[in-house]
Amino acid sequence: MIETLVNITLFLMLVATAIAISQMHRLFAVVMLSGVFSLLTALLFVALDAVDVAFTEAAVGAGISTVLMLGTIALTARTVKPSTRPQTIPLIVVFVTGAALIYGTMDMPNFGDPLAPAQVHVRPEYIERSVEQIDVPNIVTAILASYRGFDTMGETAVVFTAGIGVLALLSGLGRRRRKAPPRGPQEPKA
Amino acid sequence: MIWDVEFILGHMNYWLFIVLMMVGFYIVVAKGNLLKKIVGLNIFQVAVFMLYISVGKITGGTAPIFPADLTGHIEYDPSILYSNPLPHVLILTAIVVGVATTSLGLALIVRIREGFDSIEEDELVEIERAMMIADNAEHGSSMGGRA
Amino acid sequence: MINHHHLILRVVTKLLVGAIILFAFYVQFHGDFSPGGGFQAGVLMAAAFIIYGLVFGLDKTQEVLPPWVVHKLSALGVLIYSGTGVWSMMLGYPFLDYGAFDPGHPSHGQHTGILAVEAGVGLTVAAVMVTIYYGFGARYPHISDEDW
Repeated sequence: MIETLVNITLFLMLVATAIAISQMHRLFAVVMLSGVFSLLTALLFVALDAVDVAFTEAAVGAGISTVLMLGTIALTARTVKPSTRPQTIPLIVVFVTGAALIYGTMDMPNFGDPLAPAQVHVRPEYIERSVEQIDVPNIVTAILASYRGFDTMGETAVVFTAGIGVLALLSGLGRRRRKAPPRGPQEPKA
Repeated sequence: MIWDVEFILGHMNYWLFIVLMMVGFYIVVAKGNLLKKIVGLNIFQVAVFMLYISVGKITGGTAPIFPADLTGHIEYDPSILYSNPLPHVLILTAIVVGVATTSLGLALIVRIREGFDSIEEDELVEIERAMMIADNAEHGSSMGGRA
Repeated sequence: MINHHHLILRVVTKLLVGAIILFAFYVQFHGDFSPGGGFQAGVLMAAAFIIYGLVFGLDKTQEVLPPWVVHKLSALGVLIYSGTGVWSMMLGYPFLDYGAFDPGHPSHGQHTGILAVEAGVGLTVAAVMVTIYYGFGARYPHISDEDW
């Protein structure tokens, strides 16, 4: 019961932060709130037993991505221009999609049900076999690096590719480095 | 369908994650600022992570780490209930890949700002239209007036 | 940009950078026993260099860790990972089957394999995060420091 209460409280705080983000006009506040959002997410992951995930989210979401977004603000703009477009169509789209998704959850098993289909198929095998096959206390590490090694190799390659992409976009050909004299905005290239 | 307290409490997590996802979706669709769109995508992404981790949670379960003694020896104890470790693995890698792709998006925004001096969607559309009209005025006749 | 009036920040950063790197190594090599592993350790390692760059400036950081080194390291991590798989293939086992490294005692082979693979992941993640930070930090800022 306490667990459920903690979950729902943290979840409501997350939703409140997200709604606040959607209403902010100062980008600095948006970025800071997204850091808060990441920390709350990490707390919720701990409450849901996913300690490894919580660790990653706290380091990545609240640390690196906040720094990167602040860097982006420094390179772009500080405030959001108030939108002039009508907001009714996006609201309708969002409500219809949300209603469809909620209709989809009606058939799902209860939260935390030990007999849910997701729990009875591969979970027991991973947990029982990893003791003798891998002999590593942290099951998440065992699955990540050994049982699903191909998967993780792909993820590493994706991270590497994203790094190359940023390199190609931002540091290409030595143009417009910090050493260069400050210039005004460039003319749009045809 | 039974609308008792157990059903509502058991599905509250899923509904809240859908609300979270829809807030992110709304930011992506309705807001014109590109950086804010990226933040909205992040919220959407976190909502999907929440769904996966919620599916893996077992009531009364604990984090999927075997207790080890000082020599590092571990034993499987069937009396301890562990939550499902598989979603944790999937989401752990997804978070790191997520920040890498987010930074790719941020890099694109920086380049757009340098090229067009704006990161607002409607201004960018205006600039694009002006460029297209200029192009048509310059090259339209050589393409038979149909460009 | 770097003035001398951020004294507390500078002193605290100098103390913290070493501790953060040490913690990153702990997370990397203790990932088998507690929460952690290559992904988290890589991010923490990158965070140490990023905090140094934020406080002392990009030039000082790039003296310690030049960009070309970081670029090579990010590729080296992926190579270590896939090289582990190729190595197990050369020992006559399937790709990424760590039992190959200690046929008499498969779980010891698993430990070796996991260590190698996590090292590759940590190296790539750390190097890519530092690369991305260098990419953003090397741009000329649109907003000057006083505007914040």
